[in-house]
Amino acid sequence: MAYSDKVLDHYNNPRNVGSLDKADPNVGTGMVGAPECGDVMKLQIKVNDSTGVIDDAKFKTFGCGSAIASSSLATEWLKGKSVDEALAIKNTDIVNELSLPPVKIHCSVLAEDAIKAAIADYKKKRTPAAVEATA
Amino acid sequence: MKTPIYFDNHATTPMDPRVLEAMLPYFSEKFGNAASRNHAYGWESEQAVETARKQIAALIGANPKEIVFTSGATESNNLALKGVAEMYAERGNHIITVATEHKAVLDTCKKLEKHGCQVTYLPLQQDGLVDLDQLRESFTNRTILVSIMYANNEIGVIQPVAEIGKMCKERGVLFHTDGVQAVGKIPVDVQRDNIDLMSLTGHKIYGPKGVGALYVRRRNPRVQLTAQIDGGGHERGMRSGTLNTPGIVGFGKAAELCHQEMAEESVRLRELRDRLKVRLESELDEVFINGSMEHRLPHNLNMSFAYVEGESLLMGINDIAVSSGSACTSATLEPSYVLKALGVGDDLAHTSIRFGIGRFNTVEEVDYVANRVIETVRKLRDLSPLYEMAKEGIDISKIEWVAEAAH
Repeated sequence: MAYSDKVLDHYNNPRNVGSLDKADPNVGTGMVGAPECGDVMKLQIKVNDSTGVIDDAKFKTFGCGSAIASSSLATEWLKGKSVDEALAIKNTDIVNELSLPPVKIHCSVLAEDAIKAAIADYKKKRTPAAVEATA
Repeated sequence: MKTPIYFDNHATTPMDPRVLEAMLPYFSEKFGNAASRNHAYGWESEQAVETARKQIAALIGANPKEIVFTSGATESNNLALKGVAEMYAERGNHIITVATEHKAVLDTCKKLEKHGCQVTYLPLQQDGLVDLDQLRESFTNRTILVSIMYANNEIGVIQPVAEIGKMCKERGVLFHTDGVQAVGKIPVDVQRDNIDLMSLTGHKIYGPKGVGALYVRRRNPRVQLTAQIDGGGHERGMRSGTLNTPGIVGFGKAAELCHQEMAEESVRLRELRDRLKVRLESELDEVFINGSMEHRLPHNLNMSFAYVEGESLLMGINDIAVSSGSACTSATLEPSYVLKALGVGDDLAHTSIRFGIGRFNTVEEVDYVANRVIETVRKLRDLSPLYEMAKEGIDISKIEWVAEAAH
């Protein structure tokens, strides 16, 4: 299979690889996929309390090159966005940016799901009860 | 050292230059039809074909008259199964085979089922071997054929063919084996192994593509087949069609070279394979060999690298030609059915690589491949959330994965 130059670039030089502290109240963690399906993405965001902007984003992905590239690209896009702006990222944006072929569209879907899961986790932590519990 | 390095010798082998040299005259000046009986052009081609028949027969302990030329092993498998099912329909309709056969056998069996045959697909044991007791219990008074491959194309596991052959002989049931991965690599003898029919091909033994053969036993018992291609009655009526003289000459030469060099070559390839295995096992944790190491072709290694996905691994070692049992590389999006039949979980099946070492590979290439695989697996594990969790002591099998998005 031929990969686009952008997929190859993200595969060879993945951006923002790593992990943030799951227990940090400002960190949201999304983990999607399943090993049996050949894809697992873990995506984390760290949101600045005062500005509501995503300061940092990290990922780790078990999956094909397109899955790695999709999650790497997602972390690049997340940094500097507000939570609401982040929610507007669509899998089709990722497909277009990376020129993913039809058989790899599920990788972009997974990346969108990972973004949504990370934000949901962050929001859950920010509900009043959770804030009190972690304070 | 030239890249990409070819380590996919179970898929096909490069042609030996000596084979090409033997073939060349039969494309040009020696172009006669081997079936032309009235002139020197025909005689010359016929003689070349008969020489090849002898060379191939010698490699497997057969009589040259028992070699039927075909277009390749897929056709040979079709001819063996369909030809026997049709010819022996009055005697029975039951065929026994194995779940990990090549698709040329499995899909032929499926078609025969539509035409009234009953087929038993035996499972394999975890080491990739057939359970002989289970085979013994599968025979019925309607069984006419057992078809079990000599050695598997993915995991290289060698079946107890001599025992299977004996079991079939005692019951008067014909025994067919797909020998493409084994012949020319390990000693195969149709007498010792009680083989009645065996599929062969040129391009897995450093010969040309598009030519194969079916060994068809002529004595004790005399196996009969219903032809699947009708026409001029070539190949004792079992396979009509003008013979592919250059291909057959190349196939014969390739068989002769294997016959002469196999003893030495298999030792060398085993050393290369073991060198690769030792490097990978000693420098990486959580690697798993798929299938028995003891009953295995000397040039095969099939390994799973836990917590990295097969396609991304292949992408990282794109200067090495190997195959993966991973879903994403195949059109079907299913992990290898061979590994699944061994009970390898989908997660590990997705991370498997098949290394097939061949005649023209060198120690330098093995070391290069080992280095590249080790470096890429380490890099991908640094990227892998599964490896991270495993190192934290989390049991990944106990996690409830949210997997809908992946489908």
